[in-house]
Formats: sequence, C-alpha cells, structure tokens
Amino acid sequence: MNVIGKARRRVDARAKVTGATRFADDVAFPRMLFCKLLRSPHPHARILGVEAGAARAAAGVELVLTGADFPIAYGIMPVSQDEYPLCRDKVRYVGDPVAAVIATSEREAADALALVRVAYEPLRTVASPQEALAVSEPRIHDYGEGGNIHRLAHLAFGDVEPALRTADRVFEDVFFYQGSTHLPLEQHAAVAALDPDGRLTVWSSTQTPHYVHRELARALDLPARQIRVIATPNGGGFGGKSDPFNHEIVVAKAALVTGRPVKITLTREEVFYAHRGRHPVLMRLKTAVKADGTILAMDLETLLDGGAYGSYGAASTLYTGQLQTVTYHVPRFRFRACRTFTTKPPCGPKRGHGTPQPRFAQEVQLDKVAVALEKDPADLRLQQLASANSLTANWLRIGSMGLRQCIERVVAGSGWRERRARLPYGRGLGLACSSYLCGAGLPIYWNEMPHSGVQLQLDRSGRVTAFCGATEIGQGSDDVLAAIVAEVLGLDPSDVKLVTGDTDLAPVDLGSYSSRVTLMMGNAAIQAAERAKALLAAAAAGKLEVPAERLAFADRRVFDVEDPSIGMAFQEAVVAAEVEHGTLGTTGSYRPPRGPARYRGGGVGPSVAYSYTAAVVEVEVDAATGWIRVPKVWIGHDIGRTLNPVLARGQVEGSVYMGLGEALMEEQEFRRLPPRLSAALVHKIPSILEYKSLTSLEMPNVVTYLIEDPDAAGPFGAKEVGQGPLLPIAPAVANAVYDAVGVRVDEVPITPDLVLKALDEEAKGKAGRVGPAGFPDVPWPEALIIPPPWEGGDGRAINEKATSRDALPTRHSGTAGVKV
Amino acid sequence: MMRATDFRYHAARSVRDAARALRDGGADAMLIAGGTDLVPNLKRRQQAPSLLIGIRHLRELRRVRNGKGLMLGSAARLAEIAADRRVSRDYPALARAAGLVATPQIRNMGTLGGNLCLDTRCTYYNQTAEWREAINYCMKAPGSNGGHACTSPTGDAICWVATSSPRCWAVSSTDTAPALIALGARVTLVSADGEREIPLEELYADDGMAYLTKRPDEILSSVHLAPAQAGWRSTYWKLRRRGSFDFPVLGVAVAVRIGEGNVVGDARVVLGAVASRPVLVPESSALGGRPLTDDAIEAVAAAAAGYATPLDNTDLYYAWRKKMVRHYVAGALRELAAATAVATRGA
Repeated sequence: MNVIGKARRRVDARAKVTGATRFADDVAFPRMLFCKLLRSPHPHARILGVEAGAARAAAGVELVLTGADFPIAYGIMPVSQDEYPLCRDKVRYVGDPVAAVIATSEREAADALALVRVAYEPLRTVASPQEALAVSEPRIHDYGEGGNIHRLAHLAFGDVEPALRTADRVFEDVFFYQGSTHLPLEQHAAVAALDPDGRLTVWSSTQTPHYVHRELARALDLPARQIRVIATPNGGGFGGKSDPFNHEIVVAKAALVTGRPVKITLTREEVFYAHRGRHPVLMRLKTAVKADGTILAMDLETLLDGGAYGSYGAASTLYTGQLQTVTYHVPRFRFRACRTFTTKPPCGPKRGHGTPQPRFAQEVQLDKVAVALEKDPADLRLQQLASANSLTANWLRIGSMGLRQCIERVVAGSGWRERRARLPYGRGLGLACSSYLCGAGLPIYWNEMPHSGVQLQLDRSGRVTAFCGATEIGQGSDDVLAAIVAEVLGLDPSDVKLVTGDTDLAPVDLGSYSSRVTLMMGNAAIQAAERAKALLAAAAAGKLEVPAERLAFADRRVFDVEDPSIGMAFQEAVVAAEVEHGTLGTTGSYRPPRGPARYRGGGVGPSVAYSYTAAVVEVEVDAATGWIRVPKVWIGHDIGRTLNPVLARGQVEGSVYMGLGEALMEEQEFRRLPPRLSAALVHKIPSILEYKSLTSLEMPNVVTYLIEDPDAAGPFGAKEVGQGPLLPIAPAVANAVYDAVGVRVDEVPITPDLVLKALDEEAKGKAGRVGPAGFPDVPWPEALIIPPPWEGGDGRAINEKATSRDALPTRHSGTAGVKV
Repeated sequence: MMRATDFRYHAARSVRDAARALRDGGADAMLIAGGTDLVPNLKRRQQAPSLLIGIRHLRELRRVRNGKGLMLGSAARLAEIAADRRVSRDYPALARAAGLVATPQIRNMGTLGGNLCLDTRCTYYNQTAEWREAINYCMKAPGSNGGHACTSPTGDAICWVATSSPRCWAVSSTDTAPALIALGARVTLVSADGEREIPLEELYADDGMAYLTKRPDEILSSVHLAPAQAGWRSTYWKLRRRGSFDFPVLGVAVAVRIGEGNVVGDARVVLGAVASRPVLVPESSALGGRPLTDDAIEAVAAAAAGYATPLDNTDLYYAWRKKMVRHYVAGALRELAAATAVATRGA
C-alpha cells in the first residue's frame, strides 16, 4: 500500500499550524450580533418570573429571549428530552441559562444581562448520588425511575450467586472514580445566519452536526430541510461537544427573529457549566475466582452522579458495566447500575464514555487478586483472555483480539518480569488492560439507515472530491478520509478534496463520538472508492485493451499489473470514464451488522470490533510527602491496522495524557457552603488555571507499541485508537503506587494526601488502603435474566416480553414494565 | 468574553507624578505595572477602579544597581531579577523565588513590586462576578457595583473560608516576599508627601483584605538588600501542583549565615502561602550559635509547622499542606547545611 500505514503529515496540518483554520469563533459577518446568556446563580430554584423590559431598552440591545420563547424540549437521547434552550419553570444548576441578550456588541450584551430581573424560589439542592437516593422530594425532573433516580438497570447473565458462595476466593471492593471535564482548548462557539432565501445556517464547534441538525429542527419547530449545520473544525472535543447545546438553539432563534447573523462564544467558565464530562461513579465489585485466579463470576454495582440533565446518561449508565466482559473470559456476570440526578452541570460522554470507571475497578481488583494469590499480574491476565471471534456472557461479539501481544510488548519493554516488585521502595510498576468499542452498534435514535455515507465526485481535472458528514475534531478524520480514497484510487491524499461536516453538502455521518468514524466512514469511503475504481477500470480497459481485472491504480496511474508500461494517467482514465458513463459520482455507505444481543439494554456495548490496550506505568512515590511522579509509560494498543502512524501515536499519547490527568489530579468538584448560612452549590474551580490538569512538564516519556492484527470489520483492518488507550492508565497508576509503597488508593484522583493517609494507616497497623467506605442501598429492580451463550441462551432475556425493537439502546421513559 | 469595567489610564511621567495622581485619585485609583495579577482580577470584577496609573515604563523604577548592597527597582521584571548575576550570586533565594513565579511570559511582564504587592488569593475570591454572585459574595469582594453587601443572615460580612471569623483569610501568594524577608530586605515607600523606608517584613499584615500596611497613596518604589557577607547562604522551596505555572501553596525561604566550625551565625526561616502574610518563624533564630545539625533542623521545622494555618481556600488538601511545612523547612535547611542544591518539588 502506498498511503495506508505510511507516516504522513496530516492533510489539515498546514492550516492548523499557520493559523489558517477557521474555527467557529473565527466565523464573522457584516452586521453580526452577539449573544450572551444570563445564567442561574441558584443550584435549584423555581422561576417565578422574568422581567426583561429594562434589558430590551438598553443601548445596543436588539433582542432578549427567555424561556417563554422556547416551548419545545430537546435532548440528545430520545428517552430523555429534558432540556429547554432557556429554562422555563426551573433552574437545575448554577449556570443553567435563563435568558439571552442579543446586542450589537458582546460588551453591550454582557452589560444588559444585569438588567434582566429573574425572581426565583430556591428549592432544596442535591449534591451527590447518595443524597439523591435519600431525597425523593423535590424531584429535579418529573420523569425517571422515581424520586431523583434517572435510570436503573439490572442485568443477570447467568446466576452469579453459586460462584460467590462457593468459589475458592471472593474479592469484594468499593471504588470511586471522580468526575472530570474535557478541557478542550477551544471554547464552544456558534454562529447562526439566514441565507437570502431565509434558510438557517448554523456554524458550530460540534462533534455531531447531524444530531444538532435534528434537534434544531425539533426545538425550533422548523423543517430540517430549512436548516444547514456546518461543523467547524473543533479545537478539541473529547465528548464535550457531542450534545446539541442550548446556545446553538438560542443563536439560531435569534437569527430567525432578527434576520441578522448572531454569534456566541462561551467563556471558559461557561464551558465548565456546559460540561457533559466524566460521571463520578461509585462502584462495588465482587469477583469469584478459582484458587489459580480464574474468574468464575463477576458482580458489579455502579452508582452514577448524572448532574442536572439526561444528556447521554441513559447510555452512560449501561456503559459502566457492559464492556467489562470483553477483555477476560467472564463466565457469569451480574451488572446493576443506577444514575441519579443532582443539581450540578450535567455529566455525559468523555473519552471512554462510562467505561474508564468500572475498568479502574476491575483492573485494580485483579491486581489485588494477583497479590493475594502470589501470581504475576500479567500472567493472571494472560491465562484468561477473552478469545478472538467469540461471544461474551452479555452477548457481545468479539472479532480480532490482540490483547496478548499488547501485554507481551509492554511487559518486555518495561522490564516487568525483572523489575516489578523488585524496585527499591518508592518506585513501582503497575499493569492494566482495557478494551473499547469501534463505534456503537446502534445510532442515538432508532433507524435502519446507514451510520455513515461518503459521496465521491470525479472531475476531468483528475481531482476527486469526497463528501462526508464526518467531523474533524482534531482527531484526524479528514486525513483518514483522504488517505482511504487516495489508497483505493492510487492517488496522493493531497489530490482528494474534502467537504466534511456540512449537512447541506455531505451525506450523513452520525458524528465524531464512540470511536466510530475511522471504521464507519472508512468502510463507506472504501465502498465509494471501489465503485469509482470500477467505473474507471471499465473505461480504461477499453482504451488500453487490457482486461479490467488486470488493472492496478497507483502513483496517479492506471496500468496493467502484468506490464506496467501499458497504462494511462489517472486523469485520462477519468476522462475516458466520463465519456463512457457520463458525469462521474459514486456513493458508499456503512451500517454495522446487528449483534446477537436481543435483550433490553443490549443496545449499549455491541460494536463490530473492539480495540485492546495494555499499559505499564512506572511511578516514583515520595513516602514522606505522598507525591507521585510518573517518569515513563509503556503502552501497547491493538489498532488492527495503522492508517497513519503519526495520527495513531498522537491519539495514544493524548490518551495517556488525559488518563494521567484523571489518575493524578483532575476533579470536576463542587462546593456547598454551610447550609445554615447559604444554599449555594457551586463549581469549585471553573477556571483553566485552578482546574488542575497535566502540563507538558508532568508528561512522562511514552513508549507506544501499535499492535497490528487486522480486523475483518475495519477499513484495511483498522480499529479505533482515539479512546481506548486512556482506559488502562488510571488503574495502572494505582497498581504502580501499590508496587512502589505497598498501599492501595481505591479512588482517583490519587492525590498526595491520599497516599500519605494510606501510609499513615498502614504505619498504625491498619490496612494500608484509602477509598470509599461503602455502597448505599439502591432500590434495584428485578433482574433481567439473560443466559450466556454457553448456558443455552439465544441473546434474549428469558423473563422479558418480546418487542419489535428488542435491541433498543434504552427503553422509553414512558413505557411501563421491565426495567432496563 | 470577560471585560473589566471602564477606567481611565494615566501613564505616569515620573514617580512623583504617579504619587500625586494616586493621592488625587483616592480610593478609585490603582497602580498598574506588569498587570499580570491586576488585569485578570479586573476582568473578573474583583476590583473596579476608575483610574489606573501606569508605572511600568518608568526608568527610575526599573533599575537594579549596586550601592550599599543592591537596590532593586520595583518595576524591574521578575525575569530580569531571576537572571541577574549579582542576585543569583549573593541572594540565591530571591533569584530562585523570582524564577519560580508563574510562567516565562508572566515573568517577562510581571514586576518585583507587583509580586510583593500581589493581591491575596482565595478560591472564593478569584472567581468571576457571576460565580461570586452565586455565593452571595464575600467579605473581601462585595458585589462588583457595590450594590450587594457580602452577607450572612445576620447581615454581617462573611469570610466563607471560616464563617465565624471576623476577618478575611485570603492567602498571601507572593514568592519573592518570603525570600526577601529571609534576606532582610527593606523597601522604600514613596508618596506625594515624601518617602520612608521600612523592613519588608513590616509591609505585611495578617489580614486577607488589609494585607499591606502601606497607605493607599504610597508607592513601593524600591527594594534594598544589605551587602552580601561571607557565609550567607539562602534558598527558596516552592510547593505547588504543577511546576510550570501554579501559584505556591507553600513557599519556604531560608537564609543562614554559617561561620567557623559550621556554626550558624544568623538564620531566618520565612513561610509563604500559609497565612494572609509571609510568616517569619521566630524559632529560626534559635539555630544561631550552634552547628546546623539534623536535630536542630528538625526542631525548627516542627516549630515552623505551628505557624502555618492553611485552610480550604487554595489548591490541594489543607491538612496535607500543613504537614508539608515541616518537610519543606527541613529540606530547605538541609540543602543549605549540605550546601548542595536539591531540586525543589515542581521547580
């Protein structure tokens, strides 16, 4: 192959480094107005009235919008359409938008916010899931599972109880994974404008222009054909720009009302309120093992702090368990999950979406199992890897599976066998593994259409234009599209012009989330390119008098593989084909095949392929201060096939960076003031200075091994690399801290005070462990019983009524009966 | 977008001109030099002066010159201080402290005087006006337009860090002040009425709001260091989350004069970021007259921890920060005892 697998400068690199890339905030028009949002200072309150007359009369103000202007609710998931562009009856967190001022300058809009008077009746606040379980009134929302519980799930893949009673050893731990935010460098921005025919265009830093398109149509009650959404290149997304946002709908409405372009750019503080980041999750994990450490059954409970709205929460809830089965063979698995509402900014998908938390629990507990059974943690894992081309207990279909090579490479590279448990006190190595999906098997809303479409236009200049709704969020999706088309047609990626992220011009791609773009857009691109190739080959074959099947495409030429001197330039082939077929254009599309899971909740977890990762992290722990330094990380990632090693390594290193931030310092933390004095519940540190994340100074050396074991489902065998490599980092750090100083920190971030506390406890003769003390009582629903494949199951629950759409990701909140 | 309230800017023609403008401007006037501390605070509406008097360009404030010791102009850039050979040779604690402030960009703009007069910091205070509205403001920063009094139900001003306290607990976060106090620096304060010189230590008060003892119409114009004497050693240790730019959550400045037979002549240990002012540890004088042994170091380190009152209003857990005082003081003293450089945490 000439393009695939070669280290190349990405197609958008020059524009990015020269500052030529137009981000959403760079979009500007004559007569443009500016929007600022008035946000609630109350964490939970009823809105008694909004008085905007003074603001409307203020200098420069063109329009003031309030909740009364937005009667229609929206939301990313069909089952939780619980947001309004501006709050109508209630506010649910400090920062929830209540009114919008649109003025001729941003300064005038900001100044006029102070003139909008809102009367509130404060309501009781709910700061944690434990509190949400205990406080059923007032309810934050009037839907869900009762009280302040948003979602409940109880899935039993076989009966875990016998194993938990009779196994040689049963390990039980409670873990906590703190919430964190995406921290993209680019703050969200959106511009809305009407074209001369009155059609609406919205430019936005969004990862999901198609879903924004749908929700704009819904919330504005406009036909979708009247709306165009252009996803500008994102200055980082990481999941934080995957929801349709209130500010996008507000500027669209403002443009419709005023007839003028309207822009909004969030401040950094507002990005912390828009959030949709990592859910804080409390977990209780029980694992029954044989004397040699072989897993017999796993019993997992998770409790999610969802924040104030549904967002992707219905899926997040299930992701806190559903991928626990794809790394090691788990014969029986019970999974119970509960997502609660709290009066804080909503949580949603952040890189790894719901899976880093239970992965932390599983990988740290496995380390404890290895220590208790005096086994090498690497061997404990290697002895029970899930098999390639197999089904899991919860009916996920595993394709290629390169975890063994990942483990072997990081074990060899780090000197694990010689150095683990043998380094001087204060230095240690930790190992952890993980897996992630290559695109969710189902779309966000139920439909049977393709998840990704690619259209190619070939013109007589020899240029190929690729149209796709996929969104460049910095991950390199534009480069992947150009590379795949170029590879198939024998071109250079620079010969492929790209039109992406535009709902008017390009076919739908569902968006840059769930690590789906390379696989789904890639397969669609291959199909479109192969079709174009067939047209060109047929025409060239006639001209060259060579059978079409003997023609090859490379170096911008079409030639006879048996005698490469017989051939023609690619452009000549295009001309010949246009003569023969007329105007040239092809399409390709991709929809992942349906998985075997047929139970409610079985829509979350299935993917056409899974990537695998293993990491060894080295730490230095100062036992006097508890300070942790990470000098080096070895990480092996089963990527199937590397399309562009420069991008792939960038994704791995970026994941290590983000994983270390969560492991060591990042916290989306809230503060309550003394209740006798104040009802405040505020984000502790909504600032990029005081929200602590790693800088390049803290970033360790990263040794990356890309394991290439092509997966039949991926384009050229490729699997995902954008999210999976984050997952093993936090547990590997925790395990390394244990190896270094012999104490367990069963929560992240692992801060120096926690390490010191654990060391103090140990010095007092207690268990050298810090972490959550217990797991609260949750009103778990009756289990949905799904026999695993090896117990005669067929992917259905044996106690569930059959439905026509039995693999929906989530049940509709309005339907009674079986819980997810 | 965050914007300051409107203000007038007066580019002072001289220190005397600045002093007159400051006097005439009264409570609505503020000085600005590098602006690295003030400008973010203005944008968050922590302050809303109607007049800013610029002094960053005044040559008479930028000079670093020899005389009786070393005279440092208050508008000298932190980067210049950190790179000055006389400073790093004779007053290493200062060179180190100045070199550890924030980022290279900020050290290129930020001035010594600005760092010495740095506004005290607090996670209830260094927030936008909107955020502070959500907690109904605090004692140090009432509503931006003065319309809101910071309140408790009884109507008293509140410090949310310690709600029953009558005072503000914002934290002195200057790096250079502990170093200069340990080095025995004095400062000149200029006003329209004249000038006076005081020990730097006396510039500070243990109050998060009234953290400077100078009158509002006085300008800190220069810093004076006594001539370097044989045997003086000094260092500065800084604790913070990230070595690339964070404010200190603990600063430890130590200066000792070690004479014949390794016997300590004078010793000064000063703590930063543990109170609303830099704290000179009185027990450090007990080091005098005997060798700098491990036992002597441990005794002073233990005593120093008693003067630190970290609260839950900066980064990192406060009880842990207090524990680190002993460790850092001992570490800094041991560094001087060994006269070998030890890397500071995050340095």
